[in-house]
Amino acid sequence: MNKNLFKGTFDLIKLLAKRNILSISIWLVSIVSITVVVLGAFTGLYSSEEEMFAMAETMRNPAMTAMVGPSEGLDNYHVGAQMSHQMLLFTGIAIAVMAILIVTKNTRADEEDGLIEMIRSLPVGRLSVSLAINKLMSTVFILLFIVVAISMYLTGLENITLEGSILYGAALGMIGIFFASLTLVFAQLTENSRGTIAYSFAFLMLAYFIRAIGDVSNEMLALISPLGLILRTHPFVLDNWWPILVMFVASVLLFVLALYLNSIRDLGSGFIPSKPGKKTASKFLRRPIGLYLRLQRTSIIAWFITMFLLGVSYGSIFGDLEQFILSNEMIQQMVSQDSNFTLNEQFMTVLMLVMSMMATIPAVIFVLKIRSEEKKKRIENILSKSVSRNELLFSNLIISLVLGFLMLITSALGLYSASSAVMDDPILLSTIIKASIVYYPAMLIMIGFALFLNGIFERATPLVWLYIVYSFLVSYLGDLLQIPEAIMKTTPFGNIPNYPVEEVNVLNLVLMVLVASLLIVIGFITYNKRDIKE
Amino acid sequence: MKILESKSIVKNFGKVRALDGVNLEIKKGEVYGFIGPNGAGKTTTIRILLGILKADEGSASIFGMDVWSDAVEIHKKVAYVPGEVNLWPNLTGGEVIDLFTSLRGKINVEKRDDLIRRFNLDPTKKCRTYSKGNRQKVALIAAFASDAELFILDEPTSGLDPLMEQEFHKCIDEAKKAGKSILLSSHILSEVEKLCDKVSIIKDGKIIESGVLKEMKHLTVTNIYAETKSKVTGVNKLKGVHIFEAKDDGYSLQVDNEVLPDIIKKISDFDVIKIESYPPTLEELFMKHYENVEVD
Ligand SMILES: Nc1ncnc2c1ncn2[C@@H]1O[C@H](COP(=O)(O)OP(=O)(O)O)[C@@H](O)[C@H]1O
Ligand SMILES: [Mg+2]
Repeated sequence: MNKNLFKGTFDLIKLLAKRNILSISIWLVSIVSITVVVLGAFTGLYSSEEEMFAMAETMRNPAMTAMVGPSEGLDNYHVGAQMSHQMLLFTGIAIAVMAILIVTKNTRADEEDGLIEMIRSLPVGRLSVSLAINKLMSTVFILLFIVVAISMYLTGLENITLEGSILYGAALGMIGIFFASLTLVFAQLTENSRGTIAYSFAFLMLAYFIRAIGDVSNEMLALISPLGLILRTHPFVLDNWWPILVMFVASVLLFVLALYLNSIRDLGSGFIPSKPGKKTASKFLRRPIGLYLRLQRTSIIAWFITMFLLGVSYGSIFGDLEQFILSNEMIQQMVSQDSNFTLNEQFMTVLMLVMSMMATIPAVIFVLKIRSEEKKKRIENILSKSVSRNELLFSNLIISLVLGFLMLITSALGLYSASSAVMDDPILLSTIIKASIVYYPAMLIMIGFALFLNGIFERATPLVWLYIVYSFLVSYLGDLLQIPEAIMKTTPFGNIPNYPVEEVNVLNLVLMVLVASLLIVIGFITYNKRDIKE
Repeated sequence: MKILESKSIVKNFGKVRALDGVNLEIKKGEVYGFIGPNGAGKTTTIRILLGILKADEGSASIFGMDVWSDAVEIHKKVAYVPGEVNLWPNLTGGEVIDLFTSLRGKINVEKRDDLIRRFNLDPTKKCRTYSKGNRQKVALIAAFASDAELFILDEPTSGLDPLMEQEFHKCIDEAKKAGKSILLSSHILSEVEKLCDKVSIIKDGKIIESGVLKEMKHLTVTNIYAETKSKVTGVNKLKGVHIFEAKDDGYSLQVDNEVLPDIIKKISDFDVIKIESYPPTLEELFMKHYENVEVD
């Protein structure tokens, strides 16, 4: 190849390094510290072999394998085995995300903004930008590899071997290098940065799911996925090096492909044309409610998936729950021992509390779409037409009310599907659904509070998030820290009965719905009276 | 027949008084210019007229209905184009045009397609990819494709290229012929001069002049730049000359349009090499001319 194609690469690397030093440092520091902190946390987790063994047993179910990966080290579930079983995949995904975001930002996004054009007008080779970002990212991930390896080994913990530490770091670094090369290919193929990010993330998700299916049912299938492949290193347990080699070859091939694609395309163009959108609006998109559903389509789907998976992941714990609870002091304190209900049912009420608060997040996001649209100055578009403020507000409210309810149901279904698969004596679906929807009035209060603030004092609206975080802390840690009942009752969630362990007091729930309605009505009245902010 | 009327509108933003008694009156079929320098209060006035902001004092009505309490009813027959068009990045231009028209009433498909062609817009592109001018086109097409009676346009040409600006002027003419009323805010004097029957001039939240532009003598001045072989003398003392400055190679003048022929004749006595004339900007007028008037 012509040497001029790469002219100026070194200067570009310096420029890129300078521009990205902050975000790269934040990513690196976060990843390394999480690795070390979790390593420390795992160390003190179990006081005896039996406890460790019990924990390992709860991991031995398909739902867990689908979530975190193959369970090679369960027979001797020491700290190292736990790290490679429970942490490697998720850390790897975080690193893949880092690679995708940074590479896209410095390639296709810069090209879109015309920055690459400026650089190209200087005496700089046609392929220099691609080469420079590749070298920078490789350097970063090699650095990550070294720092992870050293800091893990330096903890001096039993079973954290030198070879395991080096392999663990190498596996993480390799994922980064692989996804950096992959993103560079997509940056050539797609015409805009959203396309690059969309294709790269789609690939990452696909890799995760293929691995999940493969890990549960078919080893060969898992090997197709780069994530499945990298998990086969099993650091601290088997210490396989061959997946690193395979990934390295794949990364080099991808990088060569990216350079080739880069060399045969024009600046600003791609190979996958951004497909033309619709020329006219569908019937659906003719009133505000259709508009707001459409605008939030992706996020709605993502939240449904999240809630379902949350339910599944909690549900999968039920398998060996008794052992799990016995082995975990924290959970033991949260679940009182003296009652007629099974531990399973008691544990379920704790999960329901957490899941209902999680489901409240999208519900509040959806209703506050009205505020985020106002901040983006797009409310004026609608209100200058023949649309009343009530219709506008109502459209957002109804989306929130309906979807919030469905989010609760979805998480309950997820919990049921996983728990019924792993339990000998499954909890009834009706019990799970009921335990979940008793939290609806609490969610309504949060929705109402959001609308109330948005109407009365728009700038204070974020307080609703503070209240939700407060509710999380108080409810989740309440039993653990033995917080007084009166304080627990300061959150709407604390006023909801732990069905089926506690009786459902209908009057109480009706009262909460009334409070929520009042907040909503005030929200409507005040919104009708105020200025729309610019 | 009065289409739009505002009486002594006052609006404060905290301690800042943005509007200080704005009066406007637009009759049916009028193209009404609303001019003033940046920050004068044009957009604020318009947002009050649209019921997006609430006036602190005073009242305003459109089609005889109150702009705040009857906003929804009024907007069935009002088309609005904001100065800064903010669209949804992941909807296409075509989708937004349809959304806007259907939020007001029925879609007139023929008119819409004709306008899309005239303004040369690709409606299949996502709004994310549109420039400021293209976003403005989306709003303009949605406005002119509607069967509104009143058009409220807030500096609608600030992002358009000259060709598209012409197309916009045609749209205004057509609307006017169809008997529609138009409120056009602008800070470009020449545009308002070309299009509007009447104007109101706003400065610091106050209407300082209203009426027919041609009759506002003190506003009709022209800038001249001339280079001559010999030194120009005696011109700065003439009546109707507001500014006379000697530059490196020539002279800059600002003169009343009334005396423009005389001045040009006079300058030509000094062997003109080059002469250029251009209309003053609104800011220039406010900066120079009004200072003089107030001193008088
Ligand atoms: N939301 C707001 N908050 C505070 N000040 C504002 C706000 N909107 C407008 N202003 C002020 O009001 C005045 C008039 O602004 P505007 O109506 O946008 O002027 P124009 O459209 O004529 O350029 C300006 O001084 C501006 O800074
Ligand atoms: Mg303005």
